[in-house]
Amino acid sequence: MTALPLLDYTLRLADNALILGHRLSEWVGHAPVLEEELALGNMALDLIGEARVLYAYAGNVEGKGRDEDALAYLRDVPEFRNTLLVEQPNGDFALTIVRQLLYAAFSCPFWRELSASRDATLAAIAAKAAKEAAYHLRHSAEWLIRLGDGTAESHRRAQTALDQLWPYSGELFEVDPIEETLVARGIAVDPRSLRCEWDHTVDGCLAQATLDRPTDRWMQTGGRLGRHSEHLGHVLATMQFLQRAYPGATW
Amino acid sequence: MPLWEVFIRPRNGLAHKHAGSIHAADAAMALQAARDVYTRRGEGLSIWVVPSAAITASDPADKEMMFEPTASKIYRHPTFYKVPDDVGNM
Repeated sequence: MTALPLLDYTLRLADNALILGHRLSEWVGHAPVLEEELALGNMALDLIGEARVLYAYAGNVEGKGRDEDALAYLRDVPEFRNTLLVEQPNGDFALTIVRQLLYAAFSCPFWRELSASRDATLAAIAAKAAKEAAYHLRHSAEWLIRLGDGTAESHRRAQTALDQLWPYSGELFEVDPIEETLVARGIAVDPRSLRCEWDHTVDGCLAQATLDRPTDRWMQTGGRLGRHSEHLGHVLATMQFLQRAYPGATW
Repeated sequence: MPLWEVFIRPRNGLAHKHAGSIHAADAAMALQAARDVYTRRGEGLSIWVVPSAAITASDPADKEMMFEPTASKIYRHPTFYKVPDDVGNM
């Protein structure tokens, strides 16, 4: 935690977008069909685009001359502030779709509410991201309905993915002093206020998908404080290799 | 998976034009796939998807019968009228 809550907050948003965008980009060249190859790549580009503008803003807020590349490529695992959900490996297609649904069901109302932030830059970024998140939610919900209500095998895989990722959903709604400070100033969104809508969205999709909502038990936590699963290190090793091996490389 | 034909309208006032085809399990997924495959560079404001099986096409073997008779009827083109100067550009 730094002395600048706005910097921490912006980095959390940026890191979520970058890491999930990177995960989705891993499907390029491996997707089951051409149509989904492009769909996953499109969503990856939406998220990486969001990350870029958020990093640029974070660099401005910090005022130490770090640009978007420095923030994306030259921080190590404990400095990343993303939730654990977005760094989870792609698994099979069902796991990727469930991860996307759990995240988009949150990010869709989140960006919509943040577009009313008193911070004009965050509000503008949020207004653009809200439209992208709305499509991500539509895309993942339509797929999950068909996977869950599809064949016995697709149903089994979808339910397994849901059970596996559910403990990572709680972290999306956590609030700490960074948020509390900014919520009080009208800058941040209190994620607890989105819980009802998230439940409604997810429950509606699961009912159509004939999937069982897992019970809320112990929830994973720590990503937002820099305590990550082993997976993030592998993501960063791939993503940051070039800038680490050849600092300042351009083409 | 069924094949769908994709038609895209680039702006208001223009007609939907054939863009290509995609595979999808049903109409809703076809619309999503069409969006993701064919509108990545701002190509469209509206998409139609039509099951490829619903399209009845002319037989290429019939092209002489179907299309050649029109080649000798140049009077069907509006090229024999003088446009009065006052009309300006048409």
